[in-house]
Parts: sequence; C-alpha cells; structure tokens
Amino acid sequence: MIWLALLIVLLPWPAWAGEAKPLGEDPAVEARLKHLAIELRCLVCQNQTLADSNAPLAEDLRREVREMIVKNMSDKEITDFLVERYSDFVLYRPPVRATTVLLWVGPFVLLIVGVAALIITVRRRSQKLVDAPVTDEEHRRVEQLLAEGGKRS
Amino acid sequence: MNRFLLPLSIFVVVVVFLGVGLTLNPREIPSPLVGKAAPEFSQPQLYDQEKIFSPADLKGKVWLLNFWASWCGGCKTEHPVLMNLAKSGEVSIYGMDYKDERDEALAWLQRWGNPYPVVGVDQAGRVGINYGVYGVPETYVIDKQGVIRYKQIGPLDPDTVEKKILPLVKQLESQ
Repeated sequence: MIWLALLIVLLPWPAWAGEAKPLGEDPAVEARLKHLAIELRCLVCQNQTLADSNAPLAEDLRREVREMIVKNMSDKEITDFLVERYSDFVLYRPPVRATTVLLWVGPFVLLIVGVAALIITVRRRSQKLVDAPVTDEEHRRVEQLLAEGGKRS
Repeated sequence: MNRFLLPLSIFVVVVVFLGVGLTLNPREIPSPLVGKAAPEFSQPQLYDQEKIFSPADLKGKVWLLNFWASWCGGCKTEHPVLMNLAKSGEVSIYGMDYKDERDEALAWLQRWGNPYPVVGVDQAGRVGINYGVYGVPETYVIDKQGVIRYKQIGPLDPDTVEKKILPLVKQLESQ
C-alpha cells in the first residue's frame, strides 16, 4: 500500500517538470535583460513592455537583446541598435528632440498657465471686494438674527 | 460674451487635438531607415535552398522587398495587388518569407500564385528586425544605390501602388 502511494506521489513529477520554462543560462544576463526590457516598448502590442509581451516579435527582440548582453554591449549600444531600426518609439522614455519637446515641456507649460490664471483670478477677485462699513445698528440687527436662528434650530 | 470666449477657445483647441489624434494610425510608426542603406543580408532562397538571396545582387536596380508569411492575413489581402504589379512588369518584387514554415509557404505560393522572382527565407526573423519589421506585410522600395526610399506598413492597396509606389519607382529609375 505504501509503495503504491509512493508511486502515485512520485509519478506525475517528471510530467510536470516539462512545463516550467527553462531559466536563462546566466542569471546576470537575465537580470540585465529584465532591466532593459521594462524600458522598451513592444511594437506589436504597443502598451506593453518588451518584458511583458508574448508577441513573437517581442520574443525575437528579447533574444536579440539577450545576445547583445552576452556580447557585453552597453545599455546604450543596445537601445541604439533598437532605435536605429524601430525609431524612438521603442523607448518608453523618449529623448528630448525637436519632435518631442511638446511632450516634455507641455505639462509644465500647462502648469504655468494654470498657476498664472489662478493668480490673475484671485487678484481680480480681491480687487472687486469693497470695504462696506457696518453701522452699529446693522451690527445689532445681525446679532439678533443670528440669535434667533440659534433658537430655531 | 467675453465670459464664454475663453472656455470656448479651450474647448476648440481640445477638440482639434483629439480630432487630429483620431485620424492618426498608432500602428504606423515612421521608419528611421527611410533614406538609409538597406541592411545587408544573405538568406537561403525558398525554392532553391542552396542558393543565397542578398540585396548586393540587386545593386543598380530599383526593387521592392516584401516581407510576407503564409500565416499572415494581411498578406492574403495584399496578394492580388502584388500579382498585378508583378504582371505589369513595372518593378520586380522580391519576397522575404518571414518566420514561416517552408512547406506552408510553398503551398501558399502554389495556391495563390507567385509574384516574386526570388523569395528569401527569414526563419528566425533576424532580417525582419534589421529592417524594423514589426508586422507583416511590410514593403520597402529600394533604389539603385541600395537605399531604402519608402516603407509601406501593412498591405499595399491599388491606390498606394498607383499614387506612391509607381511614381517613386519611375523617379528612381530615371536617376
């Protein structure tokens, strides 16, 4: 009986082992690949990084990047290789260029415009406030009304 | 009246931006390779695997390089356009069988016709990466000096062939 149980426990393991994907040979290479791949955009599913995507092209590009890492190329050389072929679009952090200036500066311009508009509005509003002198009679009337309101509630 | 002018103008600006955004195709990424030398390659040919297909053999010719695959739906759509273009004899279209199975590719050409004088095989997709291919079909116009002059992303249609490809080919031929 024990032997049968042991057999059942042990048998499925070889079958399961096949499902796990083999890890890359060198953990250092894989670490660099991951570090690079999260900065790179998959061209096919454009909102995914190269690390996340399962598209065949992403797999090929990961293979390509892995090979370049093994060849000891620097991060810049590797991203340059991809930019030469796929343009800045592969980078999740586009470089500052004439075409991307709006992208980089736009939010700050909007912020400045917003702050300026706020300051102007607040100033205008404070100019509109007029000093209205309150007489003693009015003051007494207000207190009376407030006291009445307090009773009612 | 003045009170509404500012919100209205902001609204108009936003609408213009969004409107232009709607007409853009996010799948069309301008290729940095246009105007640069077509990357070299030496790939085995589909029909005669002993023979090599290389752009160096085509120096002095204006030609099209068409990346396709038997598994690609857009290639089927594009195929009659390529057949017509090949038949017209205006320009030769060289094929690159991208990440495909050989027998399926051969069966596909057998079934739908073969517009290519030579088909190269890019099993691993490396030539594709060098050309910045990210979705087949893609077509490149390459001039006599081996410089990429135009890249078509997605299927060619008769309109594009008529208005862009053929005038460009004629202009490049005359150079």
